[in-house]
Order: sequence, then C-alpha cells, then structure tokens
Amino acid sequence: MDAARAFLRHPSGMVGLVVLLVVVVIALIAPIVFPVSPWEMVSAPFTPPGEDGLLLGGDTLGRDVAAGVAYGARVSLVIGIASAMAAMVIGVTIGAISGYFGGKVDLVLMRVTELFQTIPAFVLAILLVATFNPSLLTIILTIGAVSWPPLARLTRAEFLRLRNREFVEAALCQGEGTLQIVLGHILPNAISPILVVTSLTVATAILLESALSFMGLGDPNLMSWGFMIGAGRTVIRNAWWMSVFPGLAILITVLAINLFGEGLSDVLNPRVSRRRS
Amino acid sequence: MIRLGSAATIGLMALSRIAQLVAVILVIATFNFVLVRAAPGDPAQVMAGQSGASDPKLLEDLRKEYGLDKPYAVQLASYLGRVVRLDLGYSYRQRRAVVDLILERLPATLLLTVTAFCLALLIGTTLGALAGLAAGSVLDTVFTVLSLVLYATPVFWLGLMLVLVFSVTLGWLPPFGYETINVKLSPLEHVLDIAKHMIMPVTSLAAIYLAIYARLMRSSIIEVAQQDFIKTARAKGLSGPSIVVGHMLRNALVPVVTVAGMQAGALVGGAVVIETVFAWPGLGRLTFDALLQRDYPVLLGIFLILSIVVIVLNLLTDLIYRLIDPRMTTGAA
Repeated sequence: MDAARAFLRHPSGMVGLVVLLVVVVIALIAPIVFPVSPWEMVSAPFTPPGEDGLLLGGDTLGRDVAAGVAYGARVSLVIGIASAMAAMVIGVTIGAISGYFGGKVDLVLMRVTELFQTIPAFVLAILLVATFNPSLLTIILTIGAVSWPPLARLTRAEFLRLRNREFVEAALCQGEGTLQIVLGHILPNAISPILVVTSLTVATAILLESALSFMGLGDPNLMSWGFMIGAGRTVIRNAWWMSVFPGLAILITVLAINLFGEGLSDVLNPRVSRRRS
Repeated sequence: MIRLGSAATIGLMALSRIAQLVAVILVIATFNFVLVRAAPGDPAQVMAGQSGASDPKLLEDLRKEYGLDKPYAVQLASYLGRVVRLDLGYSYRQRRAVVDLILERLPATLLLTVTAFCLALLIGTTLGALAGLAAGSVLDTVFTVLSLVLYATPVFWLGLMLVLVFSVTLGWLPPFGYETINVKLSPLEHVLDIAKHMIMPVTSLAAIYLAIYARLMRSSIIEVAQQDFIKTARAKGLSGPSIVVGHMLRNALVPVVTVAGMQAGALVGGAVVIETVFAWPGLGRLTFDALLQRDYPVLLGIFLILSIVVIVLNLLTDLIYRLIDPRMTTGAA
C-alpha cells in the first residue's frame, strides 16, 4: 500500500498510468464504438480525416482508420502483455537456474544468453514467424523467445545476491527442497525488479510486433497498427493520415508504458532504479 | 595481472573475437538446419521456396543434393561443411547462389548501419554529456523529454514521417533509393548524391540509439562528476573544461560504449525495417522480397550474415573501448 501511495505521488509514472488506462478503455470499448468491423468498407476510398463522419479518415479501400486504431489497441496490448509474460517465464527460469546453481550450469546458460543478445533479434523473429506462419500464438511465442535475455540476466543477478542469505540457509537447514526454496523464498524477494523489467518488456514487445506486421508478418485476421502503417506506406503522398495516426497510437502507448514502468521502478526498487537511470 | 604488450593484447582480442565468430556461425547454422526441418512441410519444398507448387524433378534433385534421405547427423555435418566454405545454398526463386545475392547487397547495408552507429554514438554522447553537465537546466529537460519520445517511436514510422515532411511536403530530399538513376555524375557528385539519399534512412535508424546513448551518457556524467578524483582535480586547481575533457568524458564513456556494443544486434535489425521503408538496396530490402516469396535459403543466409555483421560491430566497440579506457590494454579488465 505504501508503494501504491508513493506511486500516486510520482508525476511521470501517473501520467503513464492514466494514458495507459485510456488505451485499455479504448481497446475494451472498440466493438461498442465501432460495431462495424475495421475490415469493412464504410466510405469512399481516401476519405480525408473529419469528412464523411470519419474522424481519422478512410484508407485505400474506404475502411475507417479510427476503427482500425481502436481495434489495433486490442492486438497491441494482448500481444505486448502476453509476449512479455512469455519472456518473463523463459528469462526467470533460465536466470533462476543459472544464479541458484552457479558453476558450469551458469557458464553454459550465460553463454546461451549472450548469444541471444548478440544475434539480431528482429531478424530471428522474422525467420521464426515466417517459418511457422503468422498467427497470434506464433507471434507471441516468437517475441517471447527473442525478448527474454535481459530478464534472465536480472534474475540471475538477484539470485546470486540472495542465495547465500540467512533466510535461504535457514530454509536449507529445515530440509526444504530446492524447488521450494527457489519458488517460496528467493523468487518472492526478487520479484519487484523482475516485474519492473517485465513491464518495460511490454513496450519493446509492442514495438517488435508493429515492426513484424509492418513487414507483412502480422496475423492476417487481426487489424494491427503496424499493418496499417505498412498499408499506408505506398500511398503516403495521397493519404498521410493512414500512416500518421496508427504510428501516433504506437508512440503514445509505448511512451505511456515506459513512463509507468520507470515510475514503478523508482517506487519499488530505488536501488535498481538508481543503477539503471 | 601480467602487463602484456599492446600488440599481444590486440592479438588476444582478435583471437577471442574470431573464436566467438566461429562459435556463432556454427550455432546459427545448426539453428537454421533445425528450423528448416521443423518448418511445416517437406524440407525439400521449404528449400525450393514454395510448398505445394514445386516441380517434382527439382524436389528430387534437392533431396539428392542435400542428402535428405540420410540420417540427420550426416545431413547436419554436410550442411555445416557447406556453410564453412561459404556455400549458403541456392535461391530457386531468384535462380542465383544465396551468397552472391547477399554479398551484392551487403555493402549498402554496411554503409547504412556503420554510419548510423557511429553518428548515434558521436552525437548521442555529445548531447548526453551537455545535458549531464547542465543537469536540471531547460536544455537538460528538453533533451530528456526528446529522448523519451524517440525511445518510444517505431523506427519505420519515424522514417515515414521524415519522408512526409522532407520529401512530400518540402521536397528537399529524395524519398527513397540509393542514388539518382539515369543521370551522368562526376565521382564527387555521385558521392554527394548517395549522401543525400542517406540522410533520412541514417537519421531514422540512428535516432533511437542516439536517444539511448544520450540518456546513458547523461547519467554517467552526473555519476562521474560526484566521484573523488574529480574533486581532487578541482582541488588541484584545474579549470572546468580541462576536467571535463581530461577526466570526466573518458570515464563516463565506458558504460555507454558497453551498451552500444550490446545494442548492435538491435541496430542491424532496425536497418532491415528502415531499408524496407526507403527501398534501400541492402539486405533488409532483400529480406522483404524473400519474405514475400518465402525464399528460405535467402532468409537463412541473411540471418547468418547479419549475425556476423553484429559481431564485427562488437569488434568496433572493442576498439573504441581500447581508445578510451587504457586499462583495457594491460589485460586487467
């Protein structure tokens, strides 16, 4: 509760939270405000913003850009959150094993982590999504699979710091099993920096998803911001609104998540926060 | 620590990078091998670039050539052997060897990424240092807000917005391409022409990294400024500028260069998207075309070669490291 109260007094963190809530509300009420699917034609092609009842204009096929932006919020948030979760599961597992057991296991796992940090993650993501065909699930798993290394490194560092503490030794003396110690004692003490980095991972995941769908690797059944920008790219001379508005939506959402995450970081772990900023 | 001669350390550094390079090539080649076999459908069809519609004779030849009827271990060994000899397979879509396709496009990508990387590092650290030295000022606040916004901007969208402003609206810069075609230019004019075409792709690619380096440099400068050796330097009576240049910059640069090395992979990934936006004739554009045709041999080859590019960029940061942190030359770090 103290943390919640401290967060309320964190100006940029609160701005982030409020903007983020607005995006969430837009995502939730999209089907109510725009009962017609964003794939349906509702006006003449290239309708400029404000004309024909279209606030943000119409695209090359006369589809409502505003509806696309609202429905796109659902896709971005779902993919961003789900893939950050996937990255957290992978990263925490690898980091925990590495930090708790140390030695050769640590050495091998950290080499793997370094390798994943070295290779161009976006190119790997392109390859994975193209191979297993773009769908909501493959996109989420792919983004998770290329976004975990920072979480693994962080978890490892926290486990190294905590594993020799008295409370861990006490649990060992009481004969508790490894899994019980890791999940019941160490992880709860390491969770706040992990949550902070996971929240920031949501932002990078949204950027990654938008780049993938811009390259034509989005789920073909879902209207996403990156897809809309990609569709507007070739007609930017005639219809600037087709690419400007979805891009602004990404920018605002990612900025809000970053502000929220950094606010969270300042409130939850001033120690990590000072090191990072 | 044993004090090693400078040449010996460079040698060691080069050796460790070469070892890393070989390891990465082998791991990625193995990964590529597994991926083709894990992909839905027949590996021969995946290699041919399209499932379902391939010519049976071609598939039969492919199976024979890649030994697809042999055990996986044998296939893998022969595949790794090919990769080491720089045989990255054949694009049946473009009817050319993958390695030729890639080498033809590589210089344009290198030009773009290396320029963006160096500019981002140079301008980012300068702006960050200025902001850090003037912490709390209006300038500092402007920089901080700007870098937060840039950090949240999708790189391809930034590129499009630049096109919208500088090509569509103002007409100052060419909206896409690498050079003006169908004109006769002197060598100097040709270089300037390419430079003009580079402005927007390089700016959009460098912007986000510039923001990251600026933020890091800012906090790094603030941290260094509070350390004892700076107080000592002031107590010795050294002037402001000589303290900044002689003592603070070098020390503050170390964490920035570390992060710059770690970001090299992301920078190269960004280049792929940016090349798509600007029709820049490099590997990114090749990736986009290969994606449309699901031309796997090309995609796999690009992944391998771009990973090598990242390691080369890492080598570049190692060299910068050595320039700014003399401790590196003693082998102590």
